[in-house]
Amino acid sequence: MIARLAIALAFALAAPAAHAERLVVSLSNARIAVTSNYVGENLVLFGTVQPDAGGQLKSDYALVVTASGPSETLRTRRKARVLGIFVNVDSREFVRVPSYLTIITDRPIGQIAGPEVLRRLQVGMDNYILTQRVGADFADTVTDDPFRKAFIRLKDQQHLYGQSDMAVTFLTSTVFRASIPVPANAATGRYDVDVKLFAQGGMVARTATAFDVTKAGIEQYVVESSQDHGLLYGLATMSMALAIGWLASAAFRRD
Amino acid sequence: MQVYLPIADLPVNIFLVLGMGLAVGFISGMFGIGGGFLMTPLLIFIGIPPAVSVASVASHIAASSFTGALNYWRRRAVDVALALMLLSAGIVGTATGVWLFTLLRALDQLDLVIGVSYVVLLTAVGGLMINEGLRAELRARRGQPATLRRPGSHNWVHGLPLKMRFKRSKIYVSAIPVWGIGFIIGFVGAIMGIGGGFLLVPMLIYFLRVPTATVIGTSMILTLITMASATVMHAATNHLVDAILAVILMVGGVIGAQFGVRTGHKMRPERLRLLLGLLVFAVGIRFAYELVVPPDDLYSLRVVSPK
Repeated sequence: MIARLAIALAFALAAPAAHAERLVVSLSNARIAVTSNYVGENLVLFGTVQPDAGGQLKSDYALVVTASGPSETLRTRRKARVLGIFVNVDSREFVRVPSYLTIITDRPIGQIAGPEVLRRLQVGMDNYILTQRVGADFADTVTDDPFRKAFIRLKDQQHLYGQSDMAVTFLTSTVFRASIPVPANAATGRYDVDVKLFAQGGMVARTATAFDVTKAGIEQYVVESSQDHGLLYGLATMSMALAIGWLASAAFRRD
Repeated sequence: MQVYLPIADLPVNIFLVLGMGLAVGFISGMFGIGGGFLMTPLLIFIGIPPAVSVASVASHIAASSFTGALNYWRRRAVDVALALMLLSAGIVGTATGVWLFTLLRALDQLDLVIGVSYVVLLTAVGGLMINEGLRAELRARRGQPATLRRPGSHNWVHGLPLKMRFKRSKIYVSAIPVWGIGFIIGFVGAIMGIGGGFLLVPMLIYFLRVPTATVIGTSMILTLITMASATVMHAATNHLVDAILAVILMVGGVIGAQFGVRTGHKMRPERLRLLLGLLVFAVGIRFAYELVVPPDDLYSLRVVSPK
């Protein structure tokens, strides 16, 4: 019994070693500072496929990079005409979904692996789990659910969700470069970057990295004071309003 | 030149926002209104989240009404007693409005209620003012004197008890309609995210027969106090006041207001009211159009919580 367990354990531990390669990646910038002239940035992810000890490299690799931003809970609402005017009649809550989601690949997703593998590994926008609250239950609905489609479309319009099969380039058969767009309206916080390497329809290696979007300089100061000292911040803004109002009045006084 | 707004979380063109501040400030100084009913929709239109717009506009209105109020104060055109009476009821109205605001937001029907209130209020008030303004204009054309105050003409409002004398405005009215108007302004202001000056001015003129000389200055004092406290309240509870956005708007607003006040003084009061009526009516129609015409996208998103 114990022997059998030991064998199973040995197999389990040996399983990753069955892969012949590992991924080494690096981001061009691990911290994006949002300052007063920030209008968005493109991060570049560099990486190579390295042979593992005694492993042999395959010929045709496919790469999937999934970058996801801090989670948030949103409500998608649908309007319909009621008595001549447009009213929100229905809504769904998307619970703890990424505020930002970019999925980039080097080829169309359908060519990377079979649908079952893609679904299990959440590759591609259609396979990414976006949890909805339906009544008292939490579940992700079918891909063509109208609320899900509307949610992704609206996020896409804000440049916060996106999928591209051209943003990853293999410079050689093992060295690649991926470009991750971070728009100006991206939320501050930690962004996870998940990198998956596929070969012959299966995932052969996976690694993760991350970057931070933080406010810096006066932006950071304003945000921190507004959050931590709301009342003082409000009084300061009000005093500023009065001061500017008085200054203008004094400057333009003719009598 | 782009500048990043830390609370609204997006970059905007500084000259665009400054220009908007100038334009709305000019209108606000000219008519003695806060201009929130113009500024809030404008900010939402350029992509600033509605909640941040409402909160930040409050401080902008405080600044431009303060500079306007100072001008009127020097001309001795402010009725402090009347402003304080209106304010005492306004606070109750604001509290009631804030309570309803929170409830409606949770039900996802806030946009609808804001839209419908804008349409009903703006078209009704605008229509009334246009009607009155046109009649005054016609009288002036026929060479008749513009009858600003009709000392003998008392309406039902003047029959109410609890009468008070407001010396600066030279009126003797019951406290009940004064409180009623104050309550309505506070309530509507909280729901619609506006100072309510465009409502207050005609109500003071038509119901209380406050002379045009003191009505604008008094309305500005009231707007100043409500908007200054709204700024502090929004900052302390929702953390939604964007100081950078506010400063840009304020600078534009106060300069615009100065020129607005001058232009306003050069015009006949009747014509001024007619113009304001047209403006208010136009904004009302704009909101009606938005409610009736199918939107580009039937779906919309709202952030429930950043978690």
